[in-house]
Amino acid sequence: MKVTILQFPGTNCEYDTQHAFEQLGATTEIVWHKSETIPEDTNLLVVAGGFSYGDYLRSGAIAKFSPVMKAVAKYADNGGKVLGICNGFQVLTESGLLPGALKRNDGLHFLSKHHHLKVISNDNIFLERLSNHSVVNIPIAHHDGNYYIDEDGLKDLYANNQVLLTYSDENGNTKNPNGSVDSIAGICNKEKNVFGLMPHPERAMESILGSDDGIKMLQGFLNT
Amino acid sequence: MKAIVNISLKAGVLDSQGKAVHHALDSLHFEGVDDVRVGKQIVLKLKETDKDKAMANVTQMCEDLLANTVIEDYEIELV
Repeated sequence: MKVTILQFPGTNCEYDTQHAFEQLGATTEIVWHKSETIPEDTNLLVVAGGFSYGDYLRSGAIAKFSPVMKAVAKYADNGGKVLGICNGFQVLTESGLLPGALKRNDGLHFLSKHHHLKVISNDNIFLERLSNHSVVNIPIAHHDGNYYIDEDGLKDLYANNQVLLTYSDENGNTKNPNGSVDSIAGICNKEKNVFGLMPHPERAMESILGSDDGIKMLQGFLNT
Repeated sequence: MKAIVNISLKAGVLDSQGKAVHHALDSLHFEGVDDVRVGKQIVLKLKETDKDKAMANVTQMCEDLLANTVIEDYEIELV
């Protein structure tokens, strides 16, 4: 199992992501954004969190034109598995690999805390180890995590089981920290090979640090 | 020629910054403000001298990079 992790100027979660996947037994490689190719033996490509290009203009807006993103689009088109975490999710929506957009949090504050998430659809490799309506505890750390999609787009997401996770309390009741449409925290594309979420499963790998619920999430990718 | 690009959230997309500014104006007792929208302005200095060509070019820049048309509208003014 080979996990390739993208690094843009301003990415800051690449080493946490590397640590998390290596803890699960994967081999990893960090690839600088100037690269025009991604390693051929890649089984999963992760667009890691951080502040690519300082979030200038809009989060993820400039990163989408980095040379490596053409290779990412091609990899995804061919069915390759892609996971965008936090800023990675923003990059994937800006690139058009995932629908919708991420706006400034409704409360205008940067949010950095543990938050519960409810599993809405486990009909995909990412969440297949979790049951629907189960609750996980995963850190969030974002300023622009307010997921927006128009009504038609939202209907499409539900029709195709593309809504993966919503923000909730520990009992699975809706609790919306940032104003996201329907409290959405993570989605995937129609083909279910491109995944994006604002919360950080790679930061929930040790119960002594608050939660190890990220293990069950990231493990889903290791079977492929 | 200069292109002034004004970018704002689409009507119907909640503008939280605008709401916060509106609330602040209310608390300062400024009256008669119905709505506040916060946007951004990007000013481009262009080599192009033909207005039509400049407009087409800047429109493409907005579509590709300057605005995210999922949530934002843009207006271009050439001066």
